[in-house]
Amino acid sequence: MLSFDFDYYKPVTLKEAVQLLETLEQQEKKTMVFSGGTELITLGRIDLSITEAVIDIKDIQECRVMGLNEKNLVLGSALSLTKIEKANLFPLLTKVSSEIADHTARGKITLGGNICAKIFYREAVLPFLLTDSQVIIAGAKGIKVLSIHDIFHEELQLEKGDILLQLETEKSFLGSPFLCIKRRQQWNSGYPLITICALKVGNEIRVAISGFCPFPFRSKVVEEILNNDRLSLEERINTVIEVLPGPILNDVEGSSKYRVFVLKNLLREIMMSLKVEV
Amino acid sequence: MKTHTIVLNVNREIHMVTVRSADTLLYVLRSKLGLTGAKPGCLNGDCGACTVNVDGWPMKSCLMLAVEAVGKKITTIEGLKDTPIQQAFVENFAFQCGYCTPGFIMNCHSLIEQHPDADDEKIREWLESNICRCTGYEEIKNAIKSVLNKD
Repeated sequence: MLSFDFDYYKPVTLKEAVQLLETLEQQEKKTMVFSGGTELITLGRIDLSITEAVIDIKDIQECRVMGLNEKNLVLGSALSLTKIEKANLFPLLTKVSSEIADHTARGKITLGGNICAKIFYREAVLPFLLTDSQVIIAGAKGIKVLSIHDIFHEELQLEKGDILLQLETEKSFLGSPFLCIKRRQQWNSGYPLITICALKVGNEIRVAISGFCPFPFRSKVVEEILNNDRLSLEERINTVIEVLPGPILNDVEGSSKYRVFVLKNLLREIMMSLKVEV
Repeated sequence: MKTHTIVLNVNREIHMVTVRSADTLLYVLRSKLGLTGAKPGCLNGDCGACTVNVDGWPMKSCLMLAVEAVGKKITTIEGLKDTPIQQAFVENFAFQCGYCTPGFIMNCHSLIEQHPDADDEKIREWLESNICRCTGYEEIKNAIKSVLNKD
């Protein structure tokens, strides 16, 4: 139970949702687009999140799409993580998703909710960063299709009135070799110390990381170093540590020094497992 | 609207109830419908003590607003009658203090329904959703396995 009141709307069409969001924003009502809603409920309980209106998008058909078309895999933002895991159309996403929270909670947590979360791990975005996916957004001016690299900088940069609708990933990436490792301080469920995902495309490796900085990221500079065959494996790993974005997290899950130690080992494991030439 | 009069289908009975948008399903089940089997624990989606079954799947009722449950079939521990998993919990001593038991049983019941061929890995994955402070995990796992083996 939350201690504050809000208006709750559950539109069934996208048009209705967009108009509703526009109207509520014109009325200067603090409005939250809600699909799984777990973050509003958990953070709202301790007064870290508050809203005056909620637009629940999970009955909107476009937000529940899951399937392959000629070129892409299309996933709706309101799909629960367990639905995505069960269908297993994107094995890398299945693996990342299956490590988020716990099985029952993943029946409520949605793809869009995790990507747009205030809690900064946002691990579900990692596979989409690695596959140069497209983000489909609905707003008052219509539908926008944007490269994830243009709209995801630490977090999804939605404009006022925007609703995250879908993510589109080229089918050609779905079968690429990958490795995803989530290291926790302890136990098998909960927040990560570091989550790292790697994808091998041709002979090159791509990596995306959550839990190292207070935001998930993929870095071209890091990848150039990891794929530089003039350097030894240890030289690559040591150089990567020098160019990582900051700040490095230093919290109850682990100190920044420990995170660097763990990341070095993870990079070594990934390079060896995916057989990157060194 | 900040309050709603909604219809909830709980344990195959239809209830009309007036709720705030901000009321969780757990709160409404316990405080408005008198169904106190789902237990408040962490209220944060971590412990699983409040687990119920929604359309055949486990759901932490502290993570769901009551207004989201309209049109869904909700089953609480009160709605389970003489199921194999309830008997198996007794036979395997799968509880000590009992506070987490309704949540565990609802999760285990859903697991058996959804995955009658569940292997150890599947059982481990599902059981991670609930916490038993008396650490009765081994006995709970044995209870699930005894039902799966019978089937």
